[in-house]
Amino acid sequence: MTAETIHSTVDAKGLSCPMPIVKTAQHIKTVPPGALIEVLATDAGSVKDFAAWTRSTGNAIVEQDQDGTVYRFVIRRA
Amino acid sequence: MTTETTVAPDTSEAQLSAAIAAAAGSEAGPQIGQRQLVVINWSGSYDKVMPTLIMSSVAAASGYRAKVFLTFWGLLPFVRDDKRITGENWMQKMLSAMQRPGISHLRMSQMNFLGMGPWMIGKLSKQYNVASPRELLEACQLMGVEFLPCQMTMDMFGLKREDMIEGLGEPVGAATVLELMTEDHTASLFI
Repeated sequence: MTAETIHSTVDAKGLSCPMPIVKTAQHIKTVPPGALIEVLATDAGSVKDFAAWTRSTGNAIVEQDQDGTVYRFVIRRA
Repeated sequence: MTTETTVAPDTSEAQLSAAIAAAAGSEAGPQIGQRQLVVINWSGSYDKVMPTLIMSSVAAASGYRAKVFLTFWGLLPFVRDDKRITGENWMQKMLSAMQRPGISHLRMSQMNFLGMGPWMIGKLSKQYNVASPRELLEACQLMGVEFLPCQMTMDMFGLKREDMIEGLGEPVGAATVLELMTEDHTASLFI
């Protein structure tokens, strides 16, 4: 568990491609650089998608886990 | 541009791959802002407008410049939903009468079943939480995808600026699109 506080959460549970990525991209523009956001998704394809998206945008996945059907990503805005 | 990373002689295969990926990753960052996706959206059916909107919204979300050229059938989905009949002469009007324009009135390219097709896809989309074309278009607009209408199609189908949704770019032609497609770091799709 990261000791830093999470700035905000994007709830993308139940949404299919491309909405988890699009919602996260929209939201991350509103947080300060260096802040951490948490994304919750149930779309299995989002695991690879978030890896690709963070490579493309320069944001970083700090933490990633799965609780049942819910994938959780903690992402730091570049 | 090369990066030098020193690796100890007893590094394992996995650590070596990770080091290479890390070095490559640090170079990829600045380049992304230069990347571009150009979509020639020629098709106007539900099942073909979806990949156009999905690819361009994700490209924009990933920091690419995303540009979509709306031509031929692919221009009709970008007519305002509340315009039922468009065009000047009888053929242009008949076109809009037989194939209702607007993003909320798309037909399937196959298995349309006289309109049952889109209805079924709508139900499946709700069930599996897939975004509708209208929601995807809104996502594109929010992410800054540029939509470029084809001047020739507008002329031929009798479409005016006021018939079209807000936010479209200035009408362009093939030469503009060709130039975009052949720029550096550009991927192009014909849908």
